[in-house]
Amino acid sequence: MNAIVEPVGSASVPTGDLRRRRQGEVILEVKNISLRFGGVKALTDISFDVREHEVRAIIGPNGAGKSSMLNCINGVYTPQEGTITFRGKTFSHMNSRQVAEMGVARTFQNLALFKGMSVLDNIMSGRNLKMKSGIFQQAIHWGPAAREEREHRAVVERIIDFLEIQAYRKTPVGRLPYGLQKRVDLGRALAMEPQVLLLDEPMAGMNVEEKQDMSRFILDVNDEYGTTIVLIEHDMGVVMDISDRVVVLDYGKKIGDGTPAEVRTNPDVIAAYLGTSH
Amino acid sequence: MLYRENGQFKTSYEADQQIFPILQDRIGIGLLLAFAIVGVPLLADEYLFRAILIPFLILALAAIGLNILVGYCGQISLGTGAFMAVGAYAAYNFLVRIDGMPMIAAILLGGVCATVVGVLFGIPSLRIKGLYLAVATLAAQFFCDWAFLRIKWFTNDSASGSVSVSNLSFLGVAIDTPVEKYLFCLGVVIVFALIAKNLVRSHIGREWMAIRDMDVAAAVIGIRPVYAKLTAFAVSSFMVGVAGALWGFIHLGAWEPAAFSIDRSFQLLFMIIIGGLGSIMGSFFGAAFIVVLPIFLNQALPALGSLFGLEISTALVSHTEFMIFGALIVFFLIVEPHGLARLWSIGKEKMRLWPFPH
Amino acid sequence: MGFFLETLIGGLMSGVLYSLVALGFVLIFKASGVFNFAQGAMVLFAALAMARFSEWFPELLKFDNKLLANLLAFAAALAVMVLVAWLIEKLVLGRLVNQEGITLLMATLGITYFLDGFGQTIFGSSIYKIDIGLPKDPLFLLDGVFQGGLLVNKEDLFAAGIAAALVVGLSIFFQYTGTGRALRAVADDHQAAQSIGIPLSRVWVIVWSVAGFTALVAGIIWGSKLGVQFSLSLLALKALPVVILGGLTSVPGAIIGGLILGVGEKLSEVFIGPHIGGGIEIWFGYVLVLFVLLVRPQGLFGEKIIDRV
Repeated sequence: MNAIVEPVGSASVPTGDLRRRRQGEVILEVKNISLRFGGVKALTDISFDVREHEVRAIIGPNGAGKSSMLNCINGVYTPQEGTITFRGKTFSHMNSRQVAEMGVARTFQNLALFKGMSVLDNIMSGRNLKMKSGIFQQAIHWGPAAREEREHRAVVERIIDFLEIQAYRKTPVGRLPYGLQKRVDLGRALAMEPQVLLLDEPMAGMNVEEKQDMSRFILDVNDEYGTTIVLIEHDMGVVMDISDRVVVLDYGKKIGDGTPAEVRTNPDVIAAYLGTSH
Repeated sequence: MLYRENGQFKTSYEADQQIFPILQDRIGIGLLLAFAIVGVPLLADEYLFRAILIPFLILALAAIGLNILVGYCGQISLGTGAFMAVGAYAAYNFLVRIDGMPMIAAILLGGVCATVVGVLFGIPSLRIKGLYLAVATLAAQFFCDWAFLRIKWFTNDSASGSVSVSNLSFLGVAIDTPVEKYLFCLGVVIVFALIAKNLVRSHIGREWMAIRDMDVAAAVIGIRPVYAKLTAFAVSSFMVGVAGALWGFIHLGAWEPAAFSIDRSFQLLFMIIIGGLGSIMGSFFGAAFIVVLPIFLNQALPALGSLFGLEISTALVSHTEFMIFGALIVFFLIVEPHGLARLWSIGKEKMRLWPFPH
Repeated sequence: MGFFLETLIGGLMSGVLYSLVALGFVLIFKASGVFNFAQGAMVLFAALAMARFSEWFPELLKFDNKLLANLLAFAAALAVMVLVAWLIEKLVLGRLVNQEGITLLMATLGITYFLDGFGQTIFGSSIYKIDIGLPKDPLFLLDGVFQGGLLVNKEDLFAAGIAAALVVGLSIFFQYTGTGRALRAVADDHQAAQSIGIPLSRVWVIVWSVAGFTALVAGIIWGSKLGVQFSLSLLALKALPVVILGGLTSVPGAIIGGLILGVGEKLSEVFIGPHIGGGIEIWFGYVLVLFVLLVRPQGLFGEKIIDRV
């Protein structure tokens, strides 16, 4: 279960063995997903699975369809063909709210944050699913609604501690540097207490230090709470270091699937990234 | 120097989440309320009540309602006048057709009817966005304009759509004199402003803002777009409907559909734009500005004219009002698109640092 | 049957007149992404200018030729509208680049109020005449087929012809000229257009001037029909459903939308109206638009809106 039980100290990176032993059954599976926008084929016949507790990376050149894949899982796009199976239940298209309720959270490539609101309020909005007070109770505020706000505030504060952004909790998000905004985005996704976390280029635009911090957070989340991570990332070093398995997409097609070592030596993958001589 | 939070440490989330966390703010609001409740009735004359204070209070209430829909939830609505009309005419019908109906109940029931109509016309917002939605809400405006004029049942078979109410009372106390009217409106507005503030700082408020800022992505974090949009329309229409009923009952006494025409809708929209979208306090600022401006111009322009020896006709005054009004709107939008509320918070920031420059 | 056809034709005619106003909306939106609420006020302003200039020039310059007066007035009114366009760009639009849609909409509302007041201050607020020699007598068509023939207003026929010419001209302008292409680029993305060197302010002045020209033509025709008075600026509210029906970015759509609205209004008023109290013209267009939008949220001819995350 994913109850947030205690604030996180500095977790060391578990060894590959430890992580592999923890990996469970297939929690998410996409089969034969095809997505078209008019004449443009964004995804063609994509199938892969994700095991519980693992860190699965999706990589590929720009325009390969990685974000579109996540959008399909999240219900933002509806694929023309294919199914998505989550914990044994199969869907031909997902409803965003349902997906969120099922325990899938995500961050966005372009940061869909409330620029005008504070960090605290942004992360609080991730607690929405769990907040149950009715509209009349909220109008009065005194009593059940106030209590609920306090309880969830406590949870959010623990996330803020975890992500080390305490100093910025009241700052409007729009004023923060990009790297910190990315952390807030992650915080909001974590606030949903997800079983599966979809991260869309969480390290884009970061320098080495920031990437180290972010990798640490991602691995801590995976470690402490057992959250399954599906990660789109361009930095090969990060991908090879922290992921258990990798899917490679190119022009909407899957060209590689396996452990980092396997994928690194796959000739199709090398051709896609570096090109081949003819 | 005076306006600093030094030493005001919060030791509980509850303290941190108050509406006015800073002590000076709490004192300020307390003084303002005390002045409004006790001082104003002692000092103001009848003209001030009738021409400025009462319209200000009622329109501020409507502005808060509209701000919830437009400012917090991001759904443009140009049909506010119609919802005010529904509130007013519905309240009228409840009062007149049911014996012994207390006025406050009639007003609240008028609000409920406005809610129903509001939700109905809010359903298109689930499919239509932005500019197109604005035009769709105009359908509500024009339809209601016509309905209250032509459908006799609404107006108790009055020929021109005009109706009137009399003998208003609240809990047995008659509401006749300007002071009584003012205090009644003040009470209603304070209650509703509190409710509005509570809603926008709760999770429903965050849902509304998610729809405004993220729309498509909002569902991904667990927001229910249908619920959020319809509740925004519902709450907004309720407040606007109550304001409409107050406008008819308390301010006008007798009214016709033209009191709630599209000009009223635009007026309210201007109030929240100038006052500040997404700000309860801004709604008050905007309402004050729009209510006071024409009166100010009405006095100042002829005075100015006589300074230069010019005779300014009433027609010219009214044209000049239009011009100045339009120019001011544009000016505000260029200089501070976030409205007076933003200027206010900038002022407070500077007060925090005073007497230091930065 | 004859009555039905007459009503139909009357509706088509009035529809064309609505399209004339709607064209201005579409032009500005197509080229700058701004929804110009002030279009109605511009029609009024242009009509006032035309009406008063055609009065003042003969007086001032002491001649009596109506044609010359009208020509001079037209030229002067056009110059005034270009000046208004330039001022709007300089004082308002130029300072609101890249603001959100609602801000720009509000700004045009402000311009509406300003133009209304300003126009009436300068040109006066009575009802004025415009007479450009359009024949006002009715025409009776097909009086062999229908008894008495179908009543058609010659003035409206001329208006329809002028409107059609305008539409064709504007469509060609947008599709086939370099300026037209630049306008479409600007409507799509201000910043991108700037970055490839399209002079934003000049483009906007051109667009608003063309819209001003359309407003002038619409103002002359409506003014000739109804007399120039304040209610002309309410034409904007009439034209809105036309614009939405036809899609905000389609010039032919404005015409088709106008026709649909004109016919729908007239037919519903005559055949449905008496049963539910009459006077349904004021909301018919809007309710129709509401239902259309529920089915097609982007209007009949508008471009489909794709949301990207």
